[in-house]
Amino acid sequence: MTDRDMETDHLPENTGGAGHGAVTTVAEDPFQDPGLPAHRPRVTDLDPRAAKRAERQVALLFMIAVVGVIGSMVCYTFVPNTKVHRFTGLGTVNMNNLALGLCLGFAFLALGCGAIHWARTLMTDVDLVQERHPMKSDPESTAFAVSEFKQGVADSGFTKYPLIRRSLLTAMMVLPLPAVWLLRDLGPMPKDALRHTLWAPGMKLVNPNTGQPLRVSDVTVGTLALANPANLNDDPDERIDNLAKAAVLVVRLPQEALKGSEAQKKKQWDWSVDGVMAFSKICTHVGCPVALYEQQTHHMLCPCHQSTFDLSDDGKVIFGPAARSLPQLPITVDADGNLVAVSDFREPVGPSFWERG
Amino acid sequence: MNTLSARRRHPLAAFVVLFLALGVIGATYATLGSSSAKASASVAATPEQLVEGQKLFQSSCSSCHNMNGQGVQGSGPSLIGVGAAAVDFQVGTGRMPAMQIGPQVTSKPPIFTQDQIDAMAAYIGALGAGPDIPDPSLYNGDPNDAASVSNGGVLFRTNCSQCHNVAGAGGALTDGKFAPSLRETSTKHIYEAMLTGPQNMPIFNDNVMSPQDKKDIIAYLVQTRTGSNPGGLDLGSIGPVSEGLFVWTIVLGLLIVFACWIGAHTTKASRARVAHFEATTGKDASDND
Repeated sequence: MTDRDMETDHLPENTGGAGHGAVTTVAEDPFQDPGLPAHRPRVTDLDPRAAKRAERQVALLFMIAVVGVIGSMVCYTFVPNTKVHRFTGLGTVNMNNLALGLCLGFAFLALGCGAIHWARTLMTDVDLVQERHPMKSDPESTAFAVSEFKQGVADSGFTKYPLIRRSLLTAMMVLPLPAVWLLRDLGPMPKDALRHTLWAPGMKLVNPNTGQPLRVSDVTVGTLALANPANLNDDPDERIDNLAKAAVLVVRLPQEALKGSEAQKKKQWDWSVDGVMAFSKICTHVGCPVALYEQQTHHMLCPCHQSTFDLSDDGKVIFGPAARSLPQLPITVDADGNLVAVSDFREPVGPSFWERG
Repeated sequence: MNTLSARRRHPLAAFVVLFLALGVIGATYATLGSSSAKASASVAATPEQLVEGQKLFQSSCSSCHNMNGQGVQGSGPSLIGVGAAAVDFQVGTGRMPAMQIGPQVTSKPPIFTQDQIDAMAAYIGALGAGPDIPDPSLYNGDPNDAASVSNGGVLFRTNCSQCHNVAGAGGALTDGKFAPSLRETSTKHIYEAMLTGPQNMPIFNDNVMSPQDKKDIIAYLVQTRTGSNPGGLDLGSIGPVSEGLFVWTIVLGLLIVFACWIGAHTTKASRARVAHFEATTGKDASDND
């Protein structure tokens, strides 16, 4: 038995004195160490028939796991994944998924239950005590380690030869440099790609829903329209990158809705066509597509972190983590009534980047 | 002496701590997880409808929208030019007449019959040009038409899902406003909402989004209501909030209860059984090497 092997001098005094872990009474001090409870044998330790029964139970649980695994393969084959059933209060459930989940779930449950039942009834039943001692070494060990270190320093001549010592330290310091040097192959660097989008003078605003150029008359007060540059699909390899910078939202604001300084109002109106104005769809926080538009308050929300931009105040941030206003794209109208860009954005769109300044 | 500490070895202490902890977790998560267009002209308005509509309007709507629908500063907007579709949506979903002015007027069971709504819609439609009530052929999207549902899904994700959630379950906006769930909304009202932009919803007029595109979006929405749910339980389709709440409270709670149950049921023999064993065999029961 294990308790005979234990170092008894670390254990509390047994007040009962009846051998192994006699019950101690809690006296005035309720925090007193109550000591170890007495070891109690299990039913399966005393009764061989109980042990045999537990063995069969564990085996049965493991066989249930086998049935569950086989059942999952049967369900995978024979329950059509088009069959759905509506459970009241739970919603619509795909029966194939449900059957697979139940079979495999029961298989895992049975495996776990079997393992636990095995450990609790049949595996060796011993009480283990893990002693906790202070982490600090005793003074002799500390003194021995210090003397060994000093002896090593003296033997190597680390203090005696400063040239060797310093050159070794230098060598150790430059050792990680190659790992840093490899970083120069990351890239290619974006160069000025973050500062420019596909918008250029005369570029038509195309409605992605219809594929047609957006016209001034399409955008009534209260309307939210999306627009992409007409040449978006010219370079299929770069399409997504280009879209992620160039996407704009087009709304129409009445002139009296504009807020802010006279200069800002004039700029915002001048960059619009009779109130039809285009703002970058890319949030200035981390670049999510802002498009939750409240047409009465002219607030534009970002779904990711709830940054809120007031389009009537030149896209100013009125809530959330974004640091800069939504950039406005200066637009005008061509001879056919289509909306076209006056130029590219006048500032980089989207989130901040290192060299943005 | 702190008597609470003295009872820490009570058999029920672990359960008390467990339920307190579960309660705190549950309460925390519950708190954090909280709630120009034209359409085919319907049947032309009859003179009787206009008279009836004006009567209903003046008795039920004019306190906020004024006697001739020109609006009252601070309480109700002008209805001149909003069109019959706006009236059919607002009154048909019970939003109007509004009970009180708040961040957002919510839907409730309508208080007018469809005939009365049609009469008011005809009257408001006659005040100024605006979208008419759409013909059923425009909004009855077919949820079994795969191409239509697929196109509608793309359009819904691009134009609508940012506010209404990808499955149309709705979502929060600013200052108590919200985009309502579209799970129960009738197809006619969805079409009218796109056409007229009720409250803070933007307008998606027919030039920005064609009638066929609107119909495809409706087909997609109807399909998401009735179609299979490959992920199993949708838990309201509102994403990680409800899923996390379910896993962290219910599933984790069940696992903890199961673990406690295992720990609470001993496999040890009773004292009587030990005594019986020692009496019958003459061996020391605790010596089980």
